[in-house]
Amino acid sequence: MHDVADGHPSFLQHHFFEPEQQAEAAKLGTWLFLLTEILLFGGLFCAYAVYRAWYPDMFYEAHLQLNVVLGATNTVVLITSSVTMALAIRAVQMNKSKQAIWLLVATLAFACTFLVIKYFEYSHKFHLGQLPGKYYSFTGLEGNNPHVFFSVYFLMTGLHGFHVLGGMGLITWMIVKVSKGKLSGEYYTPIEMTGLYWHLVDMIWIFLFPLLYLIG
Amino acid sequence: MAQAAAHSSKKSHVHIMPLKVYMAVGAALLILTFVTTEIAQFDFGEFNIYIALVIASIKAMLVAFFFMHLWWDNKLMFVTFSIGLITLTVFIALTMVDTMDRGSINPETAGQINPKAEMYNSPDFGKGGHHGDAEGAASHDSTAADSTGAHIDSTAAEMSEGAGEGETATSGAGTQPPGDGSSTH
Repeated sequence: MHDVADGHPSFLQHHFFEPEQQAEAAKLGTWLFLLTEILLFGGLFCAYAVYRAWYPDMFYEAHLQLNVVLGATNTVVLITSSVTMALAIRAVQMNKSKQAIWLLVATLAFACTFLVIKYFEYSHKFHLGQLPGKYYSFTGLEGNNPHVFFSVYFLMTGLHGFHVLGGMGLITWMIVKVSKGKLSGEYYTPIEMTGLYWHLVDMIWIFLFPLLYLIG
Repeated sequence: MAQAAAHSSKKSHVHIMPLKVYMAVGAALLILTFVTTEIAQFDFGEFNIYIALVIASIKAMLVAFFFMHLWWDNKLMFVTFSIGLITLTVFIALTMVDTMDRGSINPETAGQINPKAEMYNSPDFGKGGHHGDAEGAASHDSTAADSTGAHIDSTAAEMSEGAGEGETATSGAGTQPPGDGSSTH
């Protein structure tokens, strides 16, 4: 596989025996990080479960305030960005740098679209006073503690939004790396790990969308 | 082809999947998004949440196994991921057991803390910290009854009413707590 049989490739750090070992170590480390991310969001999912169990009717009424079309559009946008991300990794694996850069730029554009749509959703809610906790001033909802729904909504989508922002930073970094020729079919661990993170962000949204926008 | 090559060479970490696999998975994810959005228009009662979660889980598995390569990677990655999910399930399940069924064993603990309750009169009480959760266990079962009621917090009266009938009231609530293993019913 590797032409550098006994030589030391430039990307191989000295404390690793061989590239495969280095790649597997990076992958395991990334998965451990993703595990902590699952637990970080898990706390919020747990809060969601508890409050929804306490106030099922309020959750139903409050969720009608969310715009399903915008939520579904954002789901499509994020899934498409996951596809372009996966294809960008594939392009790097096949040494097609130019294609990889275009796919990464597309991923970045989709991420921007996601945040722009989120911005419109947020500003509409700010305008109506559908805000968390004591900042809640919307009067159009009956039922128990509707501000709790919006606390959960803003915490979950807000934390997710920051992750999208972080992902955009990583993707930009990868665009720089690929254009400098640092990544290739020989060594593509950084972009592969960026992909893992980006897919997890997508995966979390896959759960947020039905739980917040589609409560039946 | 590319797939077969990667399968045979265990040592290699280069695993290039055919383009059509990514396209097919992407299409499946978009179709499932459409399905879950459309199906939400219909009311299946308490099954709504399970249907939504099953579809979301299928989508998540497609992302994990194909986009994140879990299917082909070292099983250690899958185990790591699973440990996260199992821990989360235990975490949510135990929390739900506590919040939904508190009071099943000792009715005194079901509702709002009543300073006059017998257990609080013991001289030793309070040495080990106190139960911070005052409104939770009781207010959940008042929601079904007073959904048309005032939009203020459950009153103390509702709470003491709710206390002690935690078990019957939870099964009466229309919506189930979400999460794969989180159901306590």
